[in-house]
Amino acid sequence: MSDRIEFRFSGSGGQGLILAGIILADAAAIYENKNAVQTQSYGPEARGGSSKSEVIISNDPIEYPKATKVNYMVSLTQEAFNKYINDVKDDGIVIVDKELVTDFSKAKGKLYVLDMVKSAREELGKLLGLNIISLGVLVEISGIVSHDSIEKALMKRVPKGFEDYNKKALEIGFRLAKEVKKG
Amino acid sequence: MSKNIKLMQGNEAVAEGAVIAGCDFFAGYPITPSSEVAEILSSKLPKIGKVFLQMEDEIAAMGAILGAALGGAKTITATSGPGMSLKQENIGYASMCEIPCVIVNVMRGGPSTGLPTLPAQGDVMQAKWGTHGDHAVIAITPSSVNESLYETIRAFNLAIKYRTPVVILTDEIIGHMREKVVIPDKSEVEVIDVKLPDVPPEKYNPYNYTSGKVTPLAPMGEGYRYHVTGLIHGETGFPSQKTDIIQNAQNWLIDKIYKNIKDIEKFEEFQTDDADILIVAYGSTSRSARQAISMARAAGIKVGMFRPITIWPFPDEQISNLSKKIKKILVVEMNMGQVILEVQRTACGSKVYGLHIVNGEPITPDNILAKIKEVSEN
Repeated sequence: MSDRIEFRFSGSGGQGLILAGIILADAAAIYENKNAVQTQSYGPEARGGSSKSEVIISNDPIEYPKATKVNYMVSLTQEAFNKYINDVKDDGIVIVDKELVTDFSKAKGKLYVLDMVKSAREELGKLLGLNIISLGVLVEISGIVSHDSIEKALMKRVPKGFEDYNKKALEIGFRLAKEVKKG
Repeated sequence: MSKNIKLMQGNEAVAEGAVIAGCDFFAGYPITPSSEVAEILSSKLPKIGKVFLQMEDEIAAMGAILGAALGGAKTITATSGPGMSLKQENIGYASMCEIPCVIVNVMRGGPSTGLPTLPAQGDVMQAKWGTHGDHAVIAITPSSVNESLYETIRAFNLAIKYRTPVVILTDEIIGHMREKVVIPDKSEVEVIDVKLPDVPPEKYNPYNYTSGKVTPLAPMGEGYRYHVTGLIHGETGFPSQKTDIIQNAQNWLIDKIYKNIKDIEKFEEFQTDDADILIVAYGSTSRSARQAISMARAAGIKVGMFRPITIWPFPDEQISNLSKKIKKILVVEMNMGQVILEVQRTACGSKVYGLHIVNGEPITPDNILAKIKEVSEN
């Protein structure tokens, strides 16, 4: 249990956060031969509502599969930020988008506020891929898996014809994280 | 990498296990949180020349798999609580007519439509008593994605061997969670196939209540002609109201399961040797319990766990034996108290405590640790 690390992607149904969690778990479990468990939680609606996708990564067997003491959390809506911030550890890291989360009255842990939406709009031309940008940010900040592993796991799950688009999104995430780490 | 290792969901593992077990036929009606079983089999089965059928509702799906099984197919359906309720009439028909089939119930919060996307373990008693009349059933509660795959294969084998419905009782957590699985080759697992009877059609009786052996179910269309009815029937399959036949038929439905319990039972004991408190937990809840046990032991409280994998028939003997040496038993389940009733029945001399949390969230290791401390001081 000692090296158990808990990740949580949170936002609204349809943002692709469950997929982001699956890709992270796949990178750790298959390409880095660690133990990884991915779970999800969402409401009965097909779109909207708060949803979260959690990944536990450890070198030991993982028993309880859900996150309770979150080391890293991504929030892509204000509602999800408010709803899910409580479980973040005091020394945990919270990654949010500058336009999507603006009220930090409930903030906990170390906060990184990044221009993910703005970069998606300017460099990808649309918001599709925001989940992958946030995945890139998370991987770069946590260092939990290598760039190579996450890219392999990503390529496995991306529909044909969208490989370059997603690779670009991932790299935007890496870059934003590097910038914010420096700054 | 040489081994076929994949990150997959519990529901996907059930589908994968069904294919390895030689499943010929799925019929169902999709329902959260089981839909992935149908979705994945709809893609896999037709590609290997097998049948996927979406029916108009759950009871029709249950009827479809029974028809297919009478035709010699290995069959499965998947659903959740509301669908399981609708299937009950035909599950009784499967018990009475001794038709092998596998029924997956990925448990969600109930009653009624309840909590479609949230976990619970409220259907344990339903798995046993959901349909009316005296009958026995086999039900299995996997606690990981890997176990979901292997237990599905075992469920098919038990269904064929004992001509009975077998329920795979997972829950939303196990069904939706993704973990690493080593997918076995067909040659690495035991698979029991549908067999023709070893007597010619003119000598075949579809039922045998007294020999103690399960008669193979002859696939329709192979020349074996027999009657199938939900009425109590004699060994030829035709209805009867003779007292001795009724009693024999009733005994048989129970005996064929309970007299073979050694073959059907499966469980895991975890750190029970020196335990002062025994946790009984199954499915996803057993994972929380295992973590709580490590935490409790670190705090100096000796706790162990008994985890039924086959939950029906209930492991009476094991609980009874453990209760002779461990004087406090704590049952942890995501319902208001179901398996605890079985533990109270079988644990003689131990004090039985329960932790029953039903709030849409899984029971956490912290929840269990707090209860362990309470029980320990009691």
